[in-house]
Amino acid sequence: MPLLEVSDLRVHYSAADAPVRAVDGVSFSLQPGETYALVGESGCGKTATGLALLRLVEPGRIVGGRIVFEGRDLLGLSEEEMRRLRGARIGMVFQEAAAALNPVMRIGAQVGEALRIHRGMSRKEAHAEAVELLRLVALADPERQARAYPHELSGGMKQRVMLAIALSCSPALLIADEPTTALDVTIQAQILALLRELRDELSLTILLITHDLGVVAENADRVGVMYAGRLVEEASVDALFDKPEHPYTRGLLRAMPGAGPADERRLPTLPGTVPDPAHPPAGCRFHPRCSERFEPCDADEPELSGRPGGGRVACYLHRREAVG
Amino acid sequence: MSADPLVRARGLTKSFRPRGGLFRPRGPAFNAVDRVDLDVMASEIVGLVGESGSGKSTLGRILIRLIEPDEGTVHFGGTDLLALQGEELRRNRRDFQIVFQDPYGSLNPRMKIGDAIGEPLTIHRLVDGRAQRDERVAELLDRVGLDPAMATRYPHEFSGGQRQRVGIARAIACGPRFIVADEPVSALDAPVQAQIVNLLVDLQEQLGLSYLFIAHDLQLVRRICQRVVVMYFGRVVEEASAGELYREPRHPYTRALLAATPSIVPGRPAAPALSGEPPSQTAAPEGCPFHPRCPEAIDDCRRRDPALIRIGEGHRVACHVVEKTLE
Repeated sequence: MPLLEVSDLRVHYSAADAPVRAVDGVSFSLQPGETYALVGESGCGKTATGLALLRLVEPGRIVGGRIVFEGRDLLGLSEEEMRRLRGARIGMVFQEAAAALNPVMRIGAQVGEALRIHRGMSRKEAHAEAVELLRLVALADPERQARAYPHELSGGMKQRVMLAIALSCSPALLIADEPTTALDVTIQAQILALLRELRDELSLTILLITHDLGVVAENADRVGVMYAGRLVEEASVDALFDKPEHPYTRGLLRAMPGAGPADERRLPTLPGTVPDPAHPPAGCRFHPRCSERFEPCDADEPELSGRPGGGRVACYLHRREAVG
Repeated sequence: MSADPLVRARGLTKSFRPRGGLFRPRGPAFNAVDRVDLDVMASEIVGLVGESGSGKSTLGRILIRLIEPDEGTVHFGGTDLLALQGEELRRNRRDFQIVFQDPYGSLNPRMKIGDAIGEPLTIHRLVDGRAQRDERVAELLDRVGLDPAMATRYPHEFSGGQRQRVGIARAIACGPRFIVADEPVSALDAPVQAQIVNLLVDLQEQLGLSYLFIAHDLQLVRRICQRVVVMYFGRVVEEASAGELYREPRHPYTRALLAATPSIVPGRPAAPALSGEPPSQTAAPEGCPFHPRCPEAIDDCRRRDPALIRIGEGHRVACHVVEKTLE
């Protein structure tokens, strides 16, 4: 049974004229213990999808769909039940660790806060446990760092603290939204290695939200590619990188500086820009930029269906091949 | 190297002293840039890589005199840049420009982008009157792949990629010879990044520009740069042609940087090559600044600073371990 099952999720934000359909009918599920990456460009709806799992999309609204986590539909829970779930069963880390930490509260107290709230621990118990959590995330000298304030820590250390907070109540699911985007590559490598270790050690299920396909290749088991609020392709990491089926996925992969011959100075590009999410094009949202479009692409929106090599893809090109 | 470099910097050093706060005493001074020599040839793209705090941006700004160094010299096309003053310096500024990472932060939100691009043209008196300026702005917008009709719009109406195109149009407006591109695509998604990189390469070829391309994406640097300089804690630790640096990186830090770059081939990476964090700017380690994180450090590394030595054609490295292998 999947740990999390999202079906036809829709998140809207209001705008001057038409609602911005940030997430527009997204379905996927997470199996226990897997790392699933949601990848796409800014504005594709990947972050809104992650926030919807915690019901934290304000000022937007979840206008449709189901989010079943550990057998319960989260959209049917009361605000109080939801609060008990956040931080306890679902942990989250963001890109901006510095912004998420309280600058005038000691690290140990911040790590212990959830333990006091969710587990009813005393201040002293929470502090002792906080030190253990800081040790778990491999922060050097955890006793001393527990007494430090956020400004005394580097970006990488702050992200370790955020992980300690997210893991403090032993969640089943960790949502990691661009957890290493603001960090240098050597520190990024350390944090991602830590995430992999923690996943194995604690049997965590991870939803990894990122724009970086390199991070996906080295850390995820499966990957969902989002474009303009829709999931356009989903497959195991091996299958997706080996043979991307959606023209958008192919474009994303080709645009990576590490792809293709190193002596070619220019990178293959996708023409045009991502559509305005308040006014997505009719038919397949990618069709205006797609070099392989044909008759049906501008008329009807393709649904996800089976993909060679396993997984799903939403593209008529593939259907034509399947039929023909 | 036979020809004279377009930009020739020698012994550049710049120290900063952290400001004190209400509860924090003023920190000791540290060298953000420490005895750096750097050449950029005409029509050359030199990549400058290193972690945050390594001094890359400070070095880039010194080269175009946005920051004054404490020591050292910069020659631009043979002219002693640091000796220029007042009107003379202003006149020379059209030759060297900068493109920032965050074009939004560098554009005045209340200025129409046509005015932002046209401003340097007016300042340097390269256009005669409004009509000529508008004509030149339209050409520039077209050149960077934007619709000339966009001149009357404000920065907030542009996407990140479009704003970077505006930043580039502004930088090339006065016909510079040298551009410091400070992480120009780091904030952009891969497809947009590819478009902007291609634009920068096109302009470099069409206009014969030289770039100092500051970046942290080593794969990108490999593609577009002829030469790469690696900085750590204010020092140049390695410098080589792009081909050689990636084929045969010699400094342990360069090797660690390359190993830490995510690959797009699925599979679990090896354990991180580097533990620890870059040294704190207020507590420089003795000896080689990299030794506390270096897996290969020997006694010498803890005792004295390695010199940047030449180990091959255009290949320089500052490392005691490498030096030992040459003896």
